Parts: sequence; structure tokens; C-alpha cells
Amino acid sequence: MTVTKAESGHGGSDDNGDMPGASGDGYVPSQRRLDRERYKRARARRATAIAALSTLVTAVVLYLVVVNAPGWPRTKETFFDWQYAREAFPKVLEGLWLNVRLLLICGVAVLVLGMLIAVARTLRGPVFFPLRALAAAYTDFFRGLPLIINLMIVVLGVPALRLQGVTVDPVLLGGTALTLTYSAYVAEVFRAGIESVHPSQRAAARSLGLTNRQALRHVVLPQAVRRQVPPLLNDLVSLQKDTGLVSIGGAVDAVRAADIIVGRSLNYTPYIVAGLVFVALTIPMTRLTDWVTARMDRRRAQGGAL
Amino acid sequence: MSDAPVLRMESVRKTFGGSVVLRDVDLEVAPHTVTALIGASGSGKSTLLRCANLLEDIDDGAIWLDGEEITDPRVDQDGVRRRIGVVFQAYNLFPHMTVLENITLAPRRVHGVSRTEAEARARELLERLGLADKAGEYPDRLSGGQQQRVAIVRALAVRPRLLLLDEITAALDPELVGEVLTVVRDLKEDGMTMVLATHEMGFARDVADQVCFLDGGVVLEHGTAEQIFGDPQQERTQQFLRRIVEAGRL
Repeated sequence: MTVTKAESGHGGSDDNGDMPGASGDGYVPSQRRLDRERYKRARARRATAIAALSTLVTAVVLYLVVVNAPGWPRTKETFFDWQYAREAFPKVLEGLWLNVRLLLICGVAVLVLGMLIAVARTLRGPVFFPLRALAAAYTDFFRGLPLIINLMIVVLGVPALRLQGVTVDPVLLGGTALTLTYSAYVAEVFRAGIESVHPSQRAAARSLGLTNRQALRHVVLPQAVRRQVPPLLNDLVSLQKDTGLVSIGGAVDAVRAADIIVGRSLNYTPYIVAGLVFVALTIPMTRLTDWVTARMDRRRAQGGAL
Repeated sequence: MSDAPVLRMESVRKTFGGSVVLRDVDLEVAPHTVTALIGASGSGKSTLLRCANLLEDIDDGAIWLDGEEITDPRVDQDGVRRRIGVVFQAYNLFPHMTVLENITLAPRRVHGVSRTEAEARARELLERLGLADKAGEYPDRLSGGQQQRVAIVRALAVRPRLLLLDEITAALDPELVGEVLTVVRDLKEDGMTMVLATHEMGFARDVADQVCFLDGGVVLEHGTAEQIFGDPQQERTQQFLRRIVEAGRL
């Protein structure tokens, strides 16, 4: 049984492994061990009780504060109306399908573009100077530019140009804007990964006669990508909720679907519904990120080089 | 095969920032011989090896591999490295690849050997070094001695003309040093030309045809193992060896 550092600090009786009779050598736990385990169990019970009580108190206090607020009756009516929630839910879900598709397509585009930009920034040699400079300028610009402004420029500005053959579809343009911004973030994540691979790995690859490009392709990038999985997933979670911003161009996603009902009824409950739906969509992704991160940390703790 | 030196260095100078790491280094390595570089830490042994493999650019002087000047900037550096195998102190295996993938990477990608052929050769070498059952393992599942032997196999897989060994036992637990040194002895039997930087003086004395004592970036003294260990001429060499003996390492 592996006991990681974090677990071993508060180990209960169940992770000692050495149960009476299990090892077949006639081991009988000493009184000292039994006392120790009884004390640990008592302490664990007390901790649980304190946590439950403190949660309950906090919840009650929050509830009383909100319910006794002077504007509560009115807020309740405009934000938490069951009738409107029921009406909005199917429409919002329908809109959400667009967000999911945007996430999938933009996610792939962002990973590809981000990787290309990151690699462009690590290229050596004078020939690549313009490419390097361009990639650096790109990341600087799009990481600094607020996403909402980027969206407005692309979604509203491009159609205004009335170019022949260029789409005016708010979904495509919105997706393009999201991809532009997120590629800049993801490129930096990849670049950090590339730089975190120890130079001795590159030296080993070059000493085997691999060219710079081969060393990057077979030795550096695979390690860099593996290490950066947690931050990449984090950016995907972020992208997932930001797909809601394409609604500013009029694309009917979950947010816009809520918007339509709000506009008609002047009741804000559909926004709450849309918000909760996004949260519900994000939670599995966040848990996946946590799980992957924990798994990689565990590997590292076991002495793996990755 | 002729007796023309495999590796020749002439007046090699290397500086890092302001400090001179190698000064006027001359070295000749004859085919099928073993050259041991000895000296204190920081005396320039590792840098000398890195220069020979073009992992470092030298400031002055010249290096020849099989009569070709490899320090000529017009030379294809990747082509030169293909003919030289290197084993590092920290093994530097690729952690995301299995043992077999580590070994077959260069033969397949650089030398265009087919996968079947590369794997057959890799397995044959692993067999010889007693690692046949480790082919599918990842490096972090192996002991230090096993990792270092895999690193040696990886270097040998491309049939190098010259093998550079950079303190390959320095990171190993004492009981694992022997298994790695045995491999080096076997390679010498096979006629592999090697240059090794080492702190294992007993081993250097046994296996080396030529010993070079480096001190402050200068080859202060060189000769056969008997000459250097039995009758060192320079005072610095005598001091160094005396300290080694006192430390119980010879």
C-alpha cells in the first residue's frame, strides 16, 4: 500500500495495513496501538461534528442575511421565479448545445494554434526571426486585449467591412474571436512546458545525432505537453464558460436564449438558469482537471521524472 | 584499420564568461584504446568531453574526428554527433519512453533503420548487458545502475566510432557501480574506443591505456596508467593522488 505524504499525516486505523492475523505471524496488536487508534477515531468524530455544526451555522446566517434584506421580496420575484425558470430551462438547454459545439471546435483549434505559436517562439536561427517576432507580438497583443472587446471587433467589425466572401455568421466570427484570444493563453502554457524540460534532455537527444527539430518533436514536446495537461484543462474550463460571450453578436446560445425571455418578461430568472447550467457543465471538467493533476502529482511523488 | 587517432585535440581553449575552463589542451586518442581523464571537480573533464561532442563551441584550437576537422563551422554538426556516443552522469534517459523506445529512437529517426531491425539490435544489446526483461519498462522503474546501463545501450545502438563517458558512476550508489564498470570493461574487450572522465581511480588504473590528469583546465600530465599512478612527475598530480589514497579511493 502506498501512503503518500499528504495522507500519512492523519492516517486512521484503516490504512495501517498490518491487521491482526493478516501477516500470519500471530501478531496481536498491543494495548498501546489500540489506545492510539481509539484516540484517533474519537478525534476524527469530533472533527466531523465541528465541521457539520459550523456549516449549518454559516448556512443559517447567510440565509437570514439574504431573506431579511430590505429588497428580498422583490429580488425573489425577479430572480427566482419558478414559473419563468421552468419556461427558460428547455430553451437554455437548446442554446447550450451551441456552446458545447463551440467548445469542442474552438478547443481543438486553440490547441493546434497555441502549439504552433509556442513552437514558433522557440525556433532558432536567423531565418525564423520574423516568425518568432510575429508569434511574440501575437501573444502579447491577444493576452492583453480584453476578450469582450476582441469579440466586438470581430463579430461586429468584420461584417461592417462588407467584404466579399467573408462570413457574417456571428457563431463563426465569435468562435474565431475566442480562438484568437485563447490561442495566446494556451501558447504561453505550451511555451512554459517546453522551457520546463531540462536542457540535459535536449543535450541527450542532440548527442544521439537528432537534429534540433527531431529533438523538439520526439523528446521535448511530448514531455512538455504531458506536464501542462492540468493548466491546459484549466484554460479549457475557462473557454467553456466564455463561449457564452458569443451571444453579444446575436448567436442564440444558452445566454442569448435566456436573454430573449428576459427581454420579453423583464424577469431575470432565465439568467440564473443559464448561469447554473454553465456551472453544471463546468463542474465535471473541473473535477477531471483535479483528478489528472492529483494523478500526476502522485507519479512525481513516487520518484517519477515526469 | 590504421593507427591514425580517432580523436585529436590541439590547443583547445574554452571559456565560460570570464573564466578559462580549458587552456591549451592537446589530446590524442588511438583506435581501440581507453583514455581516462582524472582530476578534481571543476578541472575541466566534463567540458572537454562536451567540446569533443560539439555540445559546446570551443573558443580556440581544433578538434579532429577520424582526420576530419569537426570544429570547422562548415561541418555538419549533427553528422559528427551521429558518430560519437555519449553517456552522461545523470543518465538523461527520456522519461516518457520505454527502455526500448529510448534505445531505438536514434537508429530509427536518425539512421533510418527499420523498426524491426532497430528493436532486434536493441534487444541483443540489452541481452548482453543483462537487461533483456526491462525492454518494456519506463526508466523510473529501474535502479540507477540499470538506468545507466540502458543509457550505455542507447549510446551503442548507433554503432558509434567513439564513446564518451562522463562520470557515469558518480550518481550511483556504491553497490551499483560495479555492474556499470563491468560493462565498460567488456566494451574495451570488444575494441570500443572510449574517453572517460572518472573519479574511480582503481578502475581508471585497470582499464585505461592512457591517463590524463587535468588541473585548472590544463592537461598537466599524461601517460600510461602505470606512469601516472605509479610514478607521477608533477607535484599537483602527486598531491591529487595522495588525497585520493587518503580518502580510501585507490
